[in-house]
Amino acid sequence: MSATSGSKAATRERVESWSGQSIPRKEDGRLVQGEGSFIDDLGLHGQGYAWFVRSPYAHARIVSVDTSAAVALEGVYAVLTGEEAREMCVVPFFQIAPGDGARIEEWPLAVDKVRYQGDAVAVVLADSRDTARDAAELVEVEYEPLAVVVDGVEAVEHAAPVLHEKAGTNVAWHGVYDYGDIDFALEHADHVVKIDRLHFHRFSSTPLECNGAVVDWDKGSGVIDVKSNIQMPMFAAMVIGPSLGVAINKFSFSSRDIGGAFGNKIGFYPQIAALALLSKKAGRPAKWTEYRTEHMLSSTHGNERTFLDIEVPVMADGTILGVKARAVDDVGAYLHYEPLGAVIWSQVLTGCYKFKNVKVDFTSALTNKCPVAPNRGYSRMQQLWMLERVIDIVAHELDFDPVALRKLNFVQPEDYPYQTPNGCVYDSGNLPLSLDMALELADVETWRRRQSEMGTGTGKRIGIGIGSTLDSGTNNFGQARIVNPDLPFSGNGEAAFAKLDLYGEVNINVGTTPQGQGHETTSAQVAADILNMSPNDVTVTIGFDQAHNATVGFSGTYASQFAVTGLGAVMGATAKLRDEILEVGAFALQAPKDDLELRDGACLVKGDPSRSIPFIGIANLIYTNNAMLPSELSSRIDLNCRYVYIPPFEVPDVERKMGNLTLTYASQIHVCVVEVDEETGVVEILSYVAVDDCGKRINPQIVEGQVHGAVGLGIAAALYEAFEYDEDGQLQEPSFYEYHVGTAMDIPDIRTGNIESPSPFTPNGAKGMGEGGGAAVHTICSALQDALGKDGAIVFDSHNTWERVYQLLQSSQGNEPRGVRVISREGGAA
Amino acid sequence: MTEQGTTHVIEVTINGRLYSRTVEARQLLVHFLRDTLDLTGTHIGCDTGSCGACSIILNGKLVKSCMMLAPQADGAVIETVEGLANDGELNPLQESFSRNHGLQCGYCTPGMLMAGTYLLRENPNPTEEEIRRGIKGNICRCTGYVNIVRSIMDVAGGHGAEQADGIVGEEQR
Repeated sequence: MSATSGSKAATRERVESWSGQSIPRKEDGRLVQGEGSFIDDLGLHGQGYAWFVRSPYAHARIVSVDTSAAVALEGVYAVLTGEEAREMCVVPFFQIAPGDGARIEEWPLAVDKVRYQGDAVAVVLADSRDTARDAAELVEVEYEPLAVVVDGVEAVEHAAPVLHEKAGTNVAWHGVYDYGDIDFALEHADHVVKIDRLHFHRFSSTPLECNGAVVDWDKGSGVIDVKSNIQMPMFAAMVIGPSLGVAINKFSFSSRDIGGAFGNKIGFYPQIAALALLSKKAGRPAKWTEYRTEHMLSSTHGNERTFLDIEVPVMADGTILGVKARAVDDVGAYLHYEPLGAVIWSQVLTGCYKFKNVKVDFTSALTNKCPVAPNRGYSRMQQLWMLERVIDIVAHELDFDPVALRKLNFVQPEDYPYQTPNGCVYDSGNLPLSLDMALELADVETWRRRQSEMGTGTGKRIGIGIGSTLDSGTNNFGQARIVNPDLPFSGNGEAAFAKLDLYGEVNINVGTTPQGQGHETTSAQVAADILNMSPNDVTVTIGFDQAHNATVGFSGTYASQFAVTGLGAVMGATAKLRDEILEVGAFALQAPKDDLELRDGACLVKGDPSRSIPFIGIANLIYTNNAMLPSELSSRIDLNCRYVYIPPFEVPDVERKMGNLTLTYASQIHVCVVEVDEETGVVEILSYVAVDDCGKRINPQIVEGQVHGAVGLGIAAALYEAFEYDEDGQLQEPSFYEYHVGTAMDIPDIRTGNIESPSPFTPNGAKGMGEGGGAAVHTICSALQDALGKDGAIVFDSHNTWERVYQLLQSSQGNEPRGVRVISREGGAA
Repeated sequence: MTEQGTTHVIEVTINGRLYSRTVEARQLLVHFLRDTLDLTGTHIGCDTGSCGACSIILNGKLVKSCMMLAPQADGAVIETVEGLANDGELNPLQESFSRNHGLQCGYCTPGMLMAGTYLLRENPNPTEEEIRRGIKGNICRCTGYVNIVRSIMDVAGGHGAEQADGIVGEEQR
């Protein structure tokens, strides 16, 4: 495969360290030529094409399913119904939830009932995509519609229709997070700011490539070959294996190029299970390529969260003492990876701030909507958005400068490592400096001047917003026990192999499922540094493959952890390989190991380059010439080095909900300037700046690209994108016509700045940073709040279409209740 | 299973090579490219003509190949992403996308490259605003468009357009 010629020339130079260089990516050569291997590009001999039959109703009893007309259609191989799927399964999918939630039964296809529009009731396999679709239309399903609940808060009230009768409730999980003494703080604070309701809306990152899989249940071997673009293949195997009655070593998950995922490709394991059963029934591989509307209806949405009765104790000088709130998470109709969202948010319990008193009453609610699952910034961005709204509303109501208020309450540079009230440890950072840099890059002074000069009567307003965000990375899976103490999960890790192959080739395998983050490139960079050679000469195998055995239970790409776990594994494996090469070299060159070095694919005696052996010579001795070696050496060394990186975690204290839930905390401080048209509510972004601090950057250009991408998704979410259901549970935005994805006209140029606070906890000083913490959502809301001005309406929703902005402007002029009150203690200031 | 009268024989020139195939009347052009001819560089990201992942140049015009039926392309001259590089040697626009990190997952990239190619042919010296308008029919979820715009900008300007090209069939010039 030809790489980009320009990049080859660039990377031939000898550099001090390949880590830290913005070398062009190894992935690019194939991708710019249309030679990537995405899921719909793959197939197997004799495959059929699968098409799911999906419910038009949000909640209905399945009275009957008649497949006879579909089966009779020429070209149809098999039709599988929910009832048949249940009979082929041993048990339902295991549930993460404890108690009532644990009694939820989910099978590969819906049985007895459908619970959201798009719930799959059957799946067809045919000789072509078109035949399969035709046949799916011939499957006659009789439904008896049931009452629908589409709001999380209503869903947990007594009168609401219950989705899962066996659970007996729509409360999938409930718990109280209580640290410090919030009631004391509320009693003694100079001011208490009360906010009735804040709402974080439902959207998703909608990767441009939809889900897909080619699944072959091989009759002879019993092996289920799953080629797919799922992000957490081993998690999928763990969930569906017991259900299908299949051992993990009978799965063969693999992936190649993945066309974006953003967490959205974690949750489609029910489809994979259904395809496995369909393949078994039909006796041939089943290929399924999700189509866009199917993705929008039934893949994954992000968590929708409503915060109620928020109370914030504030001292006269602006010191914020804490936050008290109720949070209701709308997780949709089934628990896919949920209710882990009910704990993952607490990685950023206090966000960038130092307050010590927090009480959050948290409920995960089931509704007749598409199941949620991770979406870039999973569960944390909702909390971070709420906290940023709180900061801005406090500033707004008590007349503090939002910059000064943030700086006063930020965790300070000298506080690191900083322990939060729930035991999380912020590793490093410099938030005040990051904010100063962002303000300067955005030239906020000039914009403030223009804002005040603009005055009334121009019909335009300028708003300046700040978003302060943490991007927590590398989960401690022990936090799952806070949701369910019986779960046997803790820690995290990733595996990699470094191999010197027969003719001296260096090859790396790693258990991740990259979706554009450039893992081939950065893996090669860190390996090249250890072997003192060019990254061009390091091959990194494309994609994930269970057969490589470079896997642990956590393998995959999610939760901003590759730079730590993935590269940690690559570094460990490569260091082992280096050591083995030196040992063989010491024998071959008859020199002490300590006198040797590696350079450009050879092992040589330091200071005497005439004494050297190339990697091909080393490989020859191990693979095809081992009688030359003493058995002590040949029995011990195989040039095939596996390493599992394990981050330093402990099991959290489940009772107190305390523990270090995540290893690294990258920060993102954003500033933006918007112009709002008073007559129309149209919002134009005049300037956008993002300053990130993710510790040591392995490839700065890739890091900057991640920042851009997260900003783009955040801006689009804040201004355009939403999944909204009507009262019948019909999705109002089932395609890219209705769901307005941000285009190049909507997302402005983004200025970036960078601060480097290396993590003391990671093998390379790097921190995960891929998610961006939803910073742009907070920043846009902050800018809109600023534009609404003193006494203006409160930005209470994360989704602010131009229509909503117009409404906010209108309500700012009236005397409508603003949903915010300030109670000041007698003798307190203001 | 195709009934009489629902198929067509079409001839299409793609990246300089003539293909003659029998297709179903209802087959989308993008499925003809991907499934019938195995030209899988052209991608599908939506069903509504919204995302541009399937963008190709057909008879000199930028089109979304999911919005046409294969029989409608009978006699057409088509350029796809597979025709951009010359025997593995990337063209300047492809080089620029790599140099400027104008791609992450790479799924929108073929469509973006075709939109960029068309844009630079029509307007060799585009402003940033014109570039943004030129790719507004192409969705990217990874890059926030920042480095895509920079990638196109980097080869534009004076000689850039000719450099970026190098794939134009004689018949369109």
